[in-house]
Amino acid sequence: MNVLSDNFAMFREGFLGTVELTALSAALALVLGTLIAAFRVSPVPALRIFGTAWVTLLRNTPLVLLFLAVTLGLPALGLKGWDSFWLAVMALGCYTSAFICEAIRSGINTVPVGQAEAARSIGMTFNQTLGQIVLPQAARTAIPPIGSLMIALAKNTAIASGFNVTELGSVQKTLNAASGYDIYVIFLWIAVCYIIITFTISGLFRLLENRLAVAR
Amino acid sequence: MSEVSVTKDATPVADALVVLNNVNKHFGALHVLQDIDLTIARGEVVVVIGPSGSGKSTLCRTINRLETTDSGTISIDGKPLPQEGRELARLRADVGMVFQSFNLFAHKTVLENVTLGQVKVRKTDRKTAETKARSLLDRVGVGAQADKYPAQLSGGQQQRVAIARALAMDPKVMLFDEPTSALDPEMINEVLEVMRQLAADGMTMVVVTHEMGFARSAANRVVFMADGKIVEEARPDQFFANPRSDRAKDFLSKILHH
Ligand SMILES: Nc1ncnc2c1ncn2[C@@H]1O[C@H](COP(=O)(O)OP(=O)(O)O)[C@@H](O)[C@H]1O
Ligand SMILES: [Mg+2]
Repeated sequence: MNVLSDNFAMFREGFLGTVELTALSAALALVLGTLIAAFRVSPVPALRIFGTAWVTLLRNTPLVLLFLAVTLGLPALGLKGWDSFWLAVMALGCYTSAFICEAIRSGINTVPVGQAEAARSIGMTFNQTLGQIVLPQAARTAIPPIGSLMIALAKNTAIASGFNVTELGSVQKTLNAASGYDIYVIFLWIAVCYIIITFTISGLFRLLENRLAVAR
Repeated sequence: MSEVSVTKDATPVADALVVLNNVNKHFGALHVLQDIDLTIARGEVVVVIGPSGSGKSTLCRTINRLETTDSGTISIDGKPLPQEGRELARLRADVGMVFQSFNLFAHKTVLENVTLGQVKVRKTDRKTAETKARSLLDRVGVGAQADKYPAQLSGGQQQRVAIARALAMDPKVMLFDEPTSALDPEMINEVLEVMRQLAADGMTMVVVTHEMGFARSAANRVVFMADGKIVEEARPDQFFANPRSDRAKDFLSKILHH
């Protein structure tokens, strides 16, 4: 009676669910976070206000509430037919984007202002200055905190189990309910799965960090 | 009323490239530029000198709108400076700027520093841009450093790369804000030599500097600023031999005989 080998298919499905949820939410969070960071340093006041509002709102809302808002609120607003997986991606991606934005912004603040001035003085536009000069240099400082945010995101995906998404958290709940297995062993295997994911993320970010350090 | 106010040496210039007309700027309560009128002719080399804090850098930076102004107009080659956006970016590409602290792109090689603007702003193809970059780097004497990163170069070499980066855009005018002030003494001359050569080649230049030797040998005109105003303008030989204002006399006595 081994909980892992008896339920390997379920574990695999849960593991892949968590990986997918993490990867897609991470992609959304990175894109949105970078965009919002660009808004927050933009010369256009309306964009700056939007960026500040986005960060303030999402950073200060508990993730569970955000899940509730997305899964209950969006259908109430007429956005029906979204599957719970994509709603979870949206909640996790938007939530994490607020933190990514701030990590990127703190990176931007470490880039000497003369770098952007030099770029503007040769006629580069705001977007070119940000994309070619400021963000690549900001990345060096922003990458380590972004790595931590990605790990937090991987663990936050467990909240999705409460909203009908198949991932590791839901596997754990199902198995706990099915009697006969030692609850501690279930927890152990679930923990091992999370550790595989989070260690992979740290490894990736360490690699990225080293690469950026070499390329000055 | 214009007849009365033209009392300076600024005889109406036939081929005006940069024209500042009654420019004012404040930093909070500080009136840092006060009614600045300045016309720079094509091919002219103007050296701006004056005590620290008199507004020289600010003046230089308003010419490509790195600083905004409160009133007055600035035009370059007949076109008024646009407020912002793409138009402004296009005009800036025609105005080269060399900073006191070099400001080379730290994450790009020397060669990339000189090609980036050509490729991204002028839309030149990479190959042509690199050929031009290499010849400019040779011209300022740092061709051998092309594949290094800025941090691996001496200050003098970095500043010469910065000059090459500005030249790569084929600017109509070059602004220099104390280009040698951050350099060790032994490197000052290599940068001034490049600038002298540029002046001799006919580049229009505005140079903020404390190098009086450069002002004497390369400038067509010296503009003396104090407290946000242009106090005096004259040919260098006249200015250094016979400063008219007390502020200029006082300033020269401080920097010339120590
Ligand atoms: N960004 C700024 N904000 C506030 N005050 C400034 C700023 N830049 C310059 N100043 C002030 O404006 C005055 C003129 O500065 P600057 O143009 O740099 O003078 P200079 O180059 O002649 O030494 C100084 O008193 C300086 O402190
Ligand atoms: Mg200055």
